[in-house]
Amino acid sequence: MDTSMHHPSAGQTLSELILSHAAGQQVHAGDLVIVPVDRCMTHDSLTPEIIDALEKNLGVNRIYDPERVAVVMDHVAPAASVQTANAQVRTRRWVAQQGIRHFYDVGAGVCHQVLIEERLVLPGQVAIGSDSHATSYGAIGAFGTGMGTGDLALILASGRTWLRVPETIRVQVVGRFRKNVSPKDISLYLCGMLGLDGATYQAVEFHGVDWLSLDGREVLAGMSTEIGAKVGIVPPSGEIASRYNVPEWLRVQPGAHYVRTIEVDLNTLGSQVAVPPEVDHIAPASELGDVKVDQVFVGTCTNGRLEDLHILAELLKGHKLAAGVRLLVIPASHRILQAAAEDGTLSILLAAGATLGTPGCGPCIGRHMGVIGADEVCLSTANRNFRGRMGDPNARIYLASPEVAAATALRGSISDPANL
Amino acid sequence: MNILGRVWKYGDNVDTDAIIPARYLNTTIESELASHCMEDIDAAFAKGVRPGEIIVAGANFGCGSSREHAPLAIKASGIACVVAKSFARIFYRNALNIGLPILECAPAVEATEASQTLEVNLAQGTIRNTSTGKVYQATPFPPFMLELIAAGGLVPYTKHKLAEKG
Repeated sequence: MDTSMHHPSAGQTLSELILSHAAGQQVHAGDLVIVPVDRCMTHDSLTPEIIDALEKNLGVNRIYDPERVAVVMDHVAPAASVQTANAQVRTRRWVAQQGIRHFYDVGAGVCHQVLIEERLVLPGQVAIGSDSHATSYGAIGAFGTGMGTGDLALILASGRTWLRVPETIRVQVVGRFRKNVSPKDISLYLCGMLGLDGATYQAVEFHGVDWLSLDGREVLAGMSTEIGAKVGIVPPSGEIASRYNVPEWLRVQPGAHYVRTIEVDLNTLGSQVAVPPEVDHIAPASELGDVKVDQVFVGTCTNGRLEDLHILAELLKGHKLAAGVRLLVIPASHRILQAAAEDGTLSILLAAGATLGTPGCGPCIGRHMGVIGADEVCLSTANRNFRGRMGDPNARIYLASPEVAAATALRGSISDPANL
Repeated sequence: MNILGRVWKYGDNVDTDAIIPARYLNTTIESELASHCMEDIDAAFAKGVRPGEIIVAGANFGCGSSREHAPLAIKASGIACVVAKSFARIFYRNALNIGLPILECAPAVEATEASQTLEVNLAQGTIRNTSTGKVYQATPFPPFMLELIAAGGLVPYTKHKLAEKG
């Protein structure tokens, strides 16, 4: 797509608007910009390497602005080995020494969920995380994206980073969800349609979902990284507009240029399942055949929120897990765990036979708390099913919505919740 | 910068869990990362790879996590260059940031088989298949990027530039 044909006076996409505001000049897709980073997030998995890059390689002993930094312990939390425990000791010392006030220790939850709950990312901001699912911040209309150790070290040192302004794919959602279909099904459907690299270097904007909750928006934004997108942004309307002060300049512009538009019709969308070992191997839950599972995992920055736990509880209420199935539930944050305890959700899940884990990433990245063994099958509400992701390379991971997770936990094999 | 090496060939969507599984992320010791590189998709790689060899892969190489361990593991294994049809966004940044040369060139990938030998000229962006004699053109790196790769990555490059400024 030749973006030079796009006249600068025409409307801008949300990514263009946010990066123009950050750069202090009007920019369009294809431009390279250096922008201040409003929020920089690092987690326990990469912070020790970032400290090394800063101190040993760059010789920077004071970060640029501790107030703009947040550090969250979520990837291996609580520590699963002496090695990770020692790495975490080092991170805590560094956090104290740098005067980083926004520090969230073991049990606070998954970094992206914590940052949104604590209002550490706001609509229109640029937020960079040491994690690919930092696209989640698009749920509230922020430009959120993930980078690696070197980039994060330089952001901590300088307060700024460079970005190429992305082209944007417009996803136009029409209709409303059918029974037991939810935002994860939109995301998985898009993965199947566009493929793992369908939006590489690009932004995705989700329209037609003004009615969608914050929880649901986080699914769409976070999962955008699975099609290679730099950001996934939902226009800050509805629930977001009522919860936040959305800046006046952050409005969808009619003349904005999109490289393509994809329509997703909820009137016909059913439950989707990602079949191992790729997130874009998508099959309708109704056509999978008989896939027996050993473990059902409900959690992560993708589908471990209160809304997800409510769905699970509603479908499991008064029932027991199928024989031979383990159900592992890990709320995405401490606040979610607390709310689920107070409103009775946890009692229902425990009565059904669920096992609870400490808020955080859980076994999503295969490092602790529920990793799976050779030839085991896990139905997970997380975001990646690559070979070896959750433990043994010969384990198999299927990805789906909390509704499919509930149906599967009850039947013992992957099931379409439409029939519940 | 000329690279002459034997080819390790892979398909599309080689993800970061395949390059270095998360279960080994407790370390940044390069030899340890290298010893597990590609382990889940090619058990022969870590033992068989020799310094200066080249990975040739399909589309979306390095998709998945933001872990810089992925390009680090590849670089530490001795691989001198990755040629792919395309790279995932974060991997692209991370690879150059740690000084691992990567080139996008679909025709070269399609015409290259495992164990053939490629000669890569980074300044000119040329990829020559010594088995067939055919030459393929990728976008050459600008001088600053060659300098950054030679310095060992973005962080040492920035340190060097800051020192130059005095």
